[in-house]
Amino acid sequence: MKYIRTVKYESELNKSFYKKVIESSGCEKILECIQCGTCSSTCPVSLYMDFTPRKLMAMIKGGFEDEALKSKTIWICSSCYSCTVMCPAQIKITDIMYALKRMAIEKGVYPKGMPIPVLAEEMSKVIAEKGRNSEMEVVTRMMLRTNPLGMLKMAPMGLSLFRKGRMHIGGEKIKNRKQMQKLLSGLKKKEAK
Amino acid sequence: MKNYGYYPGCSVRSSSKSYEKSLLLVMKGVGLKMKEIDDWNCCGATAYFGTDKKMAGAVAGRNLCLAEQQKMSDVIIPCTGCYLTLRKSQDNIKENKNDTIRSALNGAGLKGGDKVSLRHPVDVLYNDVGIEKIKSLVKKPLKEWKIASYYGCQLVRPYADVDDPYHPVILDEIMIACGAQAVDYPYKTRCCGGALTGTVEDVGLRLVYILLAEMMKRGANCVVTMCPLCHFNFDVYQKKVEEKFGEEFKKSFGKKFEPLPILHFTQAMGIAFGYKESELGTGELMVEPKALLRAV
Ligand code: SF4
Ligand code: SF4
Ligand code: SF4
Ligand code: SF4
Repeated sequence: MKYIRTVKYESELNKSFYKKVIESSGCEKILECIQCGTCSSTCPVSLYMDFTPRKLMAMIKGGFEDEALKSKTIWICSSCYSCTVMCPAQIKITDIMYALKRMAIEKGVYPKGMPIPVLAEEMSKVIAEKGRNSEMEVVTRMMLRTNPLGMLKMAPMGLSLFRKGRMHIGGEKIKNRKQMQKLLSGLKKKEAK
Repeated sequence: MKNYGYYPGCSVRSSSKSYEKSLLLVMKGVGLKMKEIDDWNCCGATAYFGTDKKMAGAVAGRNLCLAEQQKMSDVIIPCTGCYLTLRKSQDNIKENKNDTIRSALNGAGLKGGDKVSLRHPVDVLYNDVGIEKIKSLVKKPLKEWKIASYYGCQLVRPYADVDDPYHPVILDEIMIACGAQAVDYPYKTRCCGGALTGTVEDVGLRLVYILLAEMMKRGANCVVTMCPLCHFNFDVYQKKVEEKFGEEFKKSFGKKFEPLPILHFTQAMGIAFGYKESELGTGELMVEPKALLRAV
């Protein structure tokens, strides 16, 4: 029989993880979490999460970097800001969720089959290219990458939207695309420094 | 004197054209002039904030700088997704006068962006135009309409400066001014799930179900929204939600039954102002509000 250790040793944690989270989210109060659970109880989707918002805050403080970044929680969060408004310690939980999403994408550790990172990435691409965004174009590109069969399932809805004149396939562009490119490359230059 | 600008956002130019159509008519009706920001770009919305915060801030920021360069004092933003994205980006511009985003904006010839007021049309109609003015324009009071006004998250959270984050009333008051009955219910700002209907469908549909079922239980025969995404969820996914949860959202109008109609709030105002249905784009709605429209 093989015994599997289910609790981590201190040495396996990343004790400075919270610092990265503070830097990326801009929320310095995270260490002041009192574990009251207000966030989890007000969250409309906590019952679908693998770790509730309260647990996730404790995990960040405790240095459970891996678990936090691989959690489904951050992708199920719908950014409703309910927790942020209610938290007695004024922790900007929603912004922390965004920060964790960015870190997970950077490390490439988001759960398999989660279309959200792909959606975000496709959206960024379209905006960088054209400055405008047709939701349909983004959704189509996302579906083709994550779930080509799902396209078939969506087809009836797409058709009825089309009939109502609500399907708009791409095409709009801003005029000053040069300015947009300059703006984006300006960001990159600074980062490289 | 206020000089109103207008930031349409992508949704009202693709899947929610009737929101824009009706908004433009209503604003003209109340005598408010607004000018579209020349060459605005997509704000990037929340998905964007999730991948690259700097890029998101810069892309959204460009719109704010353009608005100021075009001498606008206020910008009216009908999509609450865009509204919040632009406000967050403006916060960033205000707080960081020397960061990467600011210098990239400057480098691209984009100045300012911190002064323009970012407003949702509900806020402008309630606070600048006023209830009395709206009342004076009503030609066909919406007497039989029992409206559940849905605010969603992003107008009232995290910035709780336009109305209460859980029990707002300004949209209800506009609807009452149009002669309708306002349905009180506790979930006015409970999240509709946003993009979850498309990304994690099970969860998204459940959130929509909870809201529609509650509105029905409280006696609504019509719902008005103030965000194209919330509207999309209620209108386009309504049938799917009914199938999944085995419950029909049917309301009676006299002897007739029809599904729960979901209108952009400006469409409801337009009907009350006596505008033609075709001008307000009600034909674009998935749940056709036939009996409701006859009930004025
Ligand atoms: S509401 Fe705030 S203090 Fe309470 S558990 Fe959540 S994050 Fe911690
Ligand atoms: S912002 Fe996310 S974590 Fe917070 S309450 Fe809303 S869904 Fe839950
Ligand atoms: S939030 Fe949505 S609707 Fe608004 S500009 Fe961005 S993509 Fe378009
Ligand atoms: S209710 Fe949901 S979809 Fe509507 S604005 Fe709020 S987060 Fe967006």
